[in-house]
Amino acid sequence: MSVDLTLKIGGEAGQGMQTIGYVLSKTLARGGFHLFANQDYMSRIRGGHNFFQIRVKEEPVYALSEEVDILIALDKATVKIHRPELKEKGVIIFDGEQIDISPKKPHLLSVPLERLAREEGGNKLFSNSVAVGAALGVLDYRFDILAQVLKEVFGRRGEETVQNNVKAARAGYDFTRENYKDSQVSPLQSGKGNKKMLISGNEALSLGAMAAGCKFMAAYPMTPSTGIITYLAGKAREFGLVAEQAEDEIAAINMAIGASFAGVRAMVATSGGGFSLMVEALGLVGMTETPLVIIEAQRPGPSTGLPTRTAQADLEFVLHASQGEFPRAIFAPATAEDAFWSVVKAFNLAEKYQVPVIIMSDQHLADSYSTCHKFDLRKVKIERGIISDTELTKIKDYKRHRFTPSGISPRAFPSQKGRIVITDSDEHDEDGHLTEDLEMGKKMVQKRLKKIEALATEIEPPQVYPHENAQIILIGWGSTYGALREAVDILIDQGVDVSLMHFQEIWPFPTQLVTSILSKAKQSFCVENNATGQLARIIRAETGRKVTGKILKFDGRPFSSQYIIKELKKKKG
Amino acid sequence: MVTIDDYQGQVTAWCPGCGDFGILQALKKALVNLKLEPHQVLIVSGIGQASKLPHYMRCNTFNGLHGRILPVATGAKVANQELVVIGVGGDGDNYGEGGNHFLHAIRRNIDITLLVHNNKVYGLTKGQASPTSDPAFVTKVQPGGVVSSSFNPLSLAISQDAGFVSRGWSGDIDHLSWLIKQAIQHKGFSLVDTLQPCVTFNKKNTYRWYKERVYKLAEEYDPTDRLAAFERAQEWGDRIPIGIFYRKQKPTFEDQLAGLKKGPLFRQKLDPSQLKPLLETLS
Ligand SMILES: Cc1ncc(C[n+]2csc(CCOP(=O)(O)OP(=O)(O)O)c2C)c(N)n1
Ligand code: SF4
Ligand SMILES: [Mg+2]
Repeated sequence: MSVDLTLKIGGEAGQGMQTIGYVLSKTLARGGFHLFANQDYMSRIRGGHNFFQIRVKEEPVYALSEEVDILIALDKATVKIHRPELKEKGVIIFDGEQIDISPKKPHLLSVPLERLAREEGGNKLFSNSVAVGAALGVLDYRFDILAQVLKEVFGRRGEETVQNNVKAARAGYDFTRENYKDSQVSPLQSGKGNKKMLISGNEALSLGAMAAGCKFMAAYPMTPSTGIITYLAGKAREFGLVAEQAEDEIAAINMAIGASFAGVRAMVATSGGGFSLMVEALGLVGMTETPLVIIEAQRPGPSTGLPTRTAQADLEFVLHASQGEFPRAIFAPATAEDAFWSVVKAFNLAEKYQVPVIIMSDQHLADSYSTCHKFDLRKVKIERGIISDTELTKIKDYKRHRFTPSGISPRAFPSQKGRIVITDSDEHDEDGHLTEDLEMGKKMVQKRLKKIEALATEIEPPQVYPHENAQIILIGWGSTYGALREAVDILIDQGVDVSLMHFQEIWPFPTQLVTSILSKAKQSFCVENNATGQLARIIRAETGRKVTGKILKFDGRPFSSQYIIKELKKKKG
Repeated sequence: MVTIDDYQGQVTAWCPGCGDFGILQALKKALVNLKLEPHQVLIVSGIGQASKLPHYMRCNTFNGLHGRILPVATGAKVANQELVVIGVGGDGDNYGEGGNHFLHAIRRNIDITLLVHNNKVYGLTKGQASPTSDPAFVTKVQPGGVVSSSFNPLSLAISQDAGFVSRGWSGDIDHLSWLIKQAIQHKGFSLVDTLQPCVTFNKKNTYRWYKERVYKLAEEYDPTDRLAAFERAQEWGDRIPIGIFYRKQKPTFEDQLAGLKKGPLFRQKLDPSQLKPLLETLS
């Protein structure tokens, strides 16, 4: 039987679920498994209820499951909240000497986490490592992989800390192997598959920016985008880049625009609230034709909303943000691996077409870890769309906004002798000087909009899986991919004639392909993490076609395949 | 040899007699004096009468949004330290809409010069009060007179230990041009707040009004004494001082950025293969 295992670690904020989760994930990925891991946390530093969930399979996996095999409960609430999710053969690991859970029921496996931590590590702080060891003991997993991962994760804190963690983990591991011999959870034999990367959406977006040669990034901290500036700031010295915490999002985007104008690849990252503040400058990007990459990591709104939860409710806002009309591109990566490549492409398009490119992330993508093959850096192509110095010297009279057949003007940077570069947020002439000549204004609007034609040809049409001729089409965008794809696989197994049409690049809208696919399908359903079906509206506006129905979820949590299947069965009639 | 003519720009659209003309002349003079060529200079401006200035000269120009001069200038300077970056805009631009950026530019101490045309009114939008308007100043939007107190950019900058704090007067072009030159030469954030009559909308702070009051800080004045500078910055009314109020050499933002140790950002080669070792650590 193929592996499909879910581990969940729950407790209060501050109990270190994230570290346990990360260590477990890394250890399992090392063993050759694919996994998808996600944290569910509250917007607080202590208390409350948080959990980290890991789903392990032998094939690629991009979604969570609603059913749990191993639950590590660091507090009593976790047992109460998550016991219903436990599979028949599942197990709950908890510290019976610390938390009293009565009546005793099957599935409960008390491990003296604190006592073992003190005895083996010398401090109760090591109880999380005992818990990790205990979980892997239940799975009869290779301990040496865990020991190596602990060494890497805690190495910075010194050899003694590493050793204490390893000892504590070993104690937990041995404990469950000795005391839980009748475990019904299938053991996990590692060793299959090659070495994979374990990476979160935010890490992938950051790495994509670095690979693309982003040299300037500015942001104002806002969950769930903060991980990006944090990551880049940590690499600033080594990779020669600047990640600046601006005084506000307005400053952040204007700084990035200044840096881009002066010749470097620049980016901002924020969430919906911060993006709202950036909107005027988004128009500035459009008007001055200054390339910029914007990452918009969505969370439920409006206003402050739910800071640590997920949503896909900003699509229409991002699509229409700013006064006036100008070209933009909108991407919505499906997985962390996609996120990496989408940033690389975003920088190329932004510079080639001198437009803003917005990458729609969300809390689910940003914070989830998944395994993928190591990025092939040779495939990273950098196309800057800048005119070379030799070409420049041939231009006698350099004009930053010169009219051309494609609408794309020669882009040069300030500071080179023999030319000056002028641009303006006011409507301007070819030189970049402000103008109130209305004929000129009209021509400039046309020039800028002209760029859409070629830009549209660069857009990757939605992925259709497994084929275009299914009776039912499920439609999604961005981070819902994993749950959708799994739902389609399960439904096909059950004999339903269904396919998935999934958008990773939404704008300019791939009208032709979408129209043709929808015209073949009997029924179509938009599956979105919002309350009104924003993609459905865009599809209607662009293709004139109305989807049959919508499967929506706006409770701040991501989709699971089970949820999609359940809702589809209700709706498809 | 660079001359004033090299900086010849578009035809101006300012009212005849506007103080902006004096500032334009002084700026050009300072740049020529520093032997800077137009391609070495970037002016970042906002929106307002003042912010139209770069169109009336000839050099690299980013005429951005109202109030957002300093962030754009900051980004450009971080990307290319070889550019001389000058922010130009009005009192509304810099102390109203962009007030927050003013505070943080001081904190960062990035090596740019901020030239504020302080006409104590919103010129472009036809005469509303600005943050620096004198109390009781009457406008169509403030028919009963301004009730808020007048923002004092100099005392704010000194209180925050800005490295170069000065005030110029558009009626004294030689002095203003000297000030701008000093400001550009200063390494770090430099403020040149310039008294500028708006002949159309400010009938209070007129040429005559200023001429009767403006005086230059004396030769003996010590601009390194922060408390004295703060005290002098409070002087407003019968006598109005101009000159360099305060200066202090401090490390600049660019000097301290770890990411710039490898050289200016815009000169760095983009090489994806550099990431290889980093990817190793993720598996
Ligand atoms: C976001 C935004 N709000 C308002 C305006 C309108 N506006 C343009 S200039 C200006 C004030 C100009 O005053 P100041 O900055 O002092 O420049 P001056 O015209 O006096 O030189 C205003 C309110 C604008 N362009 N953008
Ligand atoms: S309105 Fe005032 S500031 Fe504007 S150009 Fe006329 S005089 Fe100068
Ligand atoms: Mg003004």
